[in-house]
Amino acid sequence: MSLRTALRGSRARAFVVGVAVLIAALLAGLLIGPVRIGAANVLRWLVSFGRTPSGMSEQEALILAELRLPRVIVAGLVGASLAASGAAYQAVFRNPLADPYLLGAAAGAGLGATIAVGYGPAGAIDVTVPVAAFVGALVGVGLAYGLGRSNVGGRAATSLVLAGVAVASFLTAVQTFLQQQRSDTLRQVYTWILGRLGTTGWDDVWLALPSVVLAVTTLWVVRRLLDVIEVGDVEAQSLGLNVTRLRLVVVLAASLATAAAVAVAGLIGFVGIIVPHTVRLLVGGSYRSVLPLSVLFGASFLIVVDLLARTVVAPAEIPIGVITALVGAPFFVVVLRRNRRAT
Amino acid sequence: MGRPRRILTAFALALWLAACGSYAGSEEGAPGGGDSPASEAAAFPVTIEGTNGRVTIDERPERIVSLSPTATEDLFATGAGDQVIAVDELSNFPAEAPVTELSGYEPNVEAIAGYEPDLVVFATEPGDLAASLEGLGITALQLDAAPTLRGAFDQIEQLGLATGHVAEADALVAELRVEVNLLVDGSDPSGLSFYYELDDTFYSATSKTFIGQLFELLGLENIADPAGKGSGGYPQLSAEYIIEADPDLIFLADTKCCGQSPETVAERPGWDEIAAVTDGGVVALDDDVASRWGPRVVDLLSQIAAAADAAEEDAA
Repeated sequence: MSLRTALRGSRARAFVVGVAVLIAALLAGLLIGPVRIGAANVLRWLVSFGRTPSGMSEQEALILAELRLPRVIVAGLVGASLAASGAAYQAVFRNPLADPYLLGAAAGAGLGATIAVGYGPAGAIDVTVPVAAFVGALVGVGLAYGLGRSNVGGRAATSLVLAGVAVASFLTAVQTFLQQQRSDTLRQVYTWILGRLGTTGWDDVWLALPSVVLAVTTLWVVRRLLDVIEVGDVEAQSLGLNVTRLRLVVVLAASLATAAAVAVAGLIGFVGIIVPHTVRLLVGGSYRSVLPLSVLFGASFLIVVDLLARTVVAPAEIPIGVITALVGAPFFVVVLRRNRRAT
Repeated sequence: MGRPRRILTAFALALWLAACGSYAGSEEGAPGGGDSPASEAAAFPVTIEGTNGRVTIDERPERIVSLSPTATEDLFATGAGDQVIAVDELSNFPAEAPVTELSGYEPNVEAIAGYEPDLVVFATEPGDLAASLEGLGITALQLDAAPTLRGAFDQIEQLGLATGHVAEADALVAELRVEVNLLVDGSDPSGLSFYYELDDTFYSATSKTFIGQLFELLGLENIADPAGKGSGGYPQLSAEYIIEADPDLIFLADTKCCGQSPETVAERPGWDEIAAVTDGGVVALDDDVASRWGPRVVDLLSQIAAAADAAEEDAA
């Protein structure tokens, strides 16, 4: 398996491969779309920094600048956020099934979006829904953390996860009730839940970028400590690590990234679990590699998935949340099986 | 909408005999002429062709519950409004309809039975609503989304039969048919293209759908058609495709649900170059009218035709 040998060499080499994959995904995302624009034209447009090169129509330049470029960037930001958050959660909760939505971020965001759609001002929905989803995700996680916080050594992680389950169920119930009260808005909420990148513009880039950069940088900085905490709370404490504080920092950062992702793209499942595990299978379990590569591959993966979402049935679209699992699940199984044979 | 309808009604009666023209479906029999509603009372029992099979109604229903906004409009337009005691939460037209908290999506059989209805009309069957009502001795009539204009008119006639308003229903349908014929004959298939927007994530409707057929009748070209395969008639379009297709007209059926308007469309990234946006061809529709298949569908058709005419004059 060539990707695997390429990644196994050294940490630096793996990083370079990850960057190369991301650049390739970005280019593919810009070059291919439901409207045919010649590859040479796209490249000339790119190197002239957005000025329309001769031989390219204004309309094509508009499509690239206003639709394709922001969409590819948002897909990358969302993919990086979900994959990094998933990897970090899996470490601090020592649970391979932990995903970015574990602590009620999804349920909180869903409730926020439902309130904005059903009760907010109808004219400003493209502003109110992302903001409400963002706030809702943070409130959901905040509730779970506040209620589940416990200082009893080995039980701390479990206690948080269980509080998360309770909070998520409660918020989902409230959301379903409100939806019932406003059944005329059912469709809109449903569309939002399925995940949307089809209406992405620069607004979404600016909305997501600050949180994503802050959160992903934080996770990147603490990646070495994730290796320590994954061993166990007691063991980590004996090495002088403040486990409670580290877990709080990771939960905050991961929630911020998840909230930003949910706000601009709706709920996209699977990325947060599949990408970190694929990376682990390829390069081994140390978070010094897993976290940076999850960021790079998460971004690449979602850009490619979104590319499929907008081209497979062009000029129609497929909800992106459908494709992440449709493509991701078989891919993951292949990696899993090959890995088992190799070791 | 009152006045044009009335003027057209005058035409309707004059033209009716000659109007076996462009719009198919005039073989349903002549309008019920001189029958007075009173003389129809003897017509019961009647058998109705509903979506849930043949439904027999033994006596003229006096306590009707409608869980379908379209059926509510049909009932009031055919003079059966007095017999309606409760309508669902989404039945917001006409204003005199007795709106309740009843839901057509998640119907509560006990709450419906509480109104002691003798007939319940509904559009979507969530599972076993008809069976549950029949179990309580309540007649249930399902009339689901009509696939064609013809089907929509048939439902009006079926409801007229069910409520003892055959003459009014026949006259209404005759009038609507004439209006449709006038609009269709008056339209000039000019190859204008349009984009029909169902929500702000660019879901649209192809010519295979009920709403799509209205545009097809007027000879307009639907940009959603190439995206139709495998979508059940309601594909989600790519924004870049819509911009490239450069439609002459954009019809917004998401003004209520999603707060869209010609202004919000013009503000979307990249949309300000679309012909419909630069030439004032973005038309705000009433979501409710556009998602029902009642008598007001003809008003919708008339609004579309007027927009097409304006766009054409603009181009000329």
